[in-house]
Amino acid sequence: MRTDELVHALVADRAAVQAPLGRQVALAIAIGFAISAGLFWMALGPRPDIAAAAVTVRFDLKITQALLLATTAVALVLRLAQPGADTGLQKAVLAAAPILLIVAVVAELLIVPASQWQAKMIGSNALICLTVIPLLSLPLLAALLLVLRRGAPTSRAAAGAVAGLVAGGLGAALYATHCTDDSPLFVAVWYSIAIGGVTVLGAALGRSVLRW
Amino acid sequence: MSQRGAGWADLMRAANGGDADAYRRVLREIAAALRPLVRRGLVRAGRPAADIEDVVQEVLLAVHLKRHTWDSARPIEPWVYTIARYKLVDALRRRAGKFDLPIEDFSETLAAEGESPALSGQDVARHLAQLPPGQRAVVHAVAVEGVSIADAAVRLTMTEGAVRVALHRGLATLARALGQD
Repeated sequence: MRTDELVHALVADRAAVQAPLGRQVALAIAIGFAISAGLFWMALGPRPDIAAAAVTVRFDLKITQALLLATTAVALVLRLAQPGADTGLQKAVLAAAPILLIVAVVAELLIVPASQWQAKMIGSNALICLTVIPLLSLPLLAALLLVLRRGAPTSRAAAGAVAGLVAGGLGAALYATHCTDDSPLFVAVWYSIAIGGVTVLGAALGRSVLRW
Repeated sequence: MSQRGAGWADLMRAANGGDADAYRRVLREIAAALRPLVRRGLVRAGRPAADIEDVVQEVLLAVHLKRHTWDSARPIEPWVYTIARYKLVDALRRRAGKFDLPIEDFSETLAAEGESPALSGQDVARHLAQLPPGQRAVVHAVAVEGVSIADAAVRLTMTEGAVRVALHRGLATLARALGQD
């Protein structure tokens, strides 16, 4: 086929244009989060003492870190799905949640006597944490990957990994309202492993699913 | 370069507003700007320059189907060239295992093509033949025969809406098939 013939067909198809990617991603997150939140509500629900917990620094930090990770990752994944978009700022800002976590861990180590470090780190719900966060993240990851297919990520594994961070962050925020282990030592170990798993899965899926 | 980039951005904004002439012009200009780049990439990888137009057409399809990923407030050149690089690398990777001739054998062809470029590709036509009959008929009528959406609707006894849907699906299917070649 001659290129001019192809151009003619593309021009004829000009009315068929998709909504801006940002809006599509926002919708995907809303739908994915609604599904995850619904599953969470049916299976676990928030901890009974959530009202009291919500006024403690450790609980608030846990939720803040998870939401901060998700929002900074959304900003980056949007850029990754737009060819030629500058990602420097978004990559730098992605460090905010890990930095906040490190600060919280250092503060906890200073406040809590060394004899309690191990107990705080191991907590009481590690296995549930490692299971539930990835499960709650899956609907979000699926929704995000589906919508990112409509984008144009040139580094597919990176885009998939950052989608995993978004999904993992939101899944962790949901689970955090159930989990009674609030110590940053617990969060730094088990939440990180759980979110890391979702990230690796996102990268692996992204490599093939996000082809365009 | 930046002058041309601004021109493309203006044309693309007009195209997004429905201006057919602006869209035709920007697609042609992008194709013309891509040819030397694609040629260099193919030659450097030891691939026949005969594939130039196939890669150019694949990039044009991607530009068309992914144009919602261009933020109209940003420069358009980095967007176009990033897509082109991605598609070129992808095309080279896909072709890596296929039959190849040493580049020396093509030096004459290369020179000849420089004088009168053969602005035609094989891949789109080949995949067009694989489309479902409805999509194939619409894409063929609109692209190859150059008829309007309205005329295609009359000729194929379809509604204009159905023609538009079939055209868009056909182009999206073509782009996918090219990527999996």
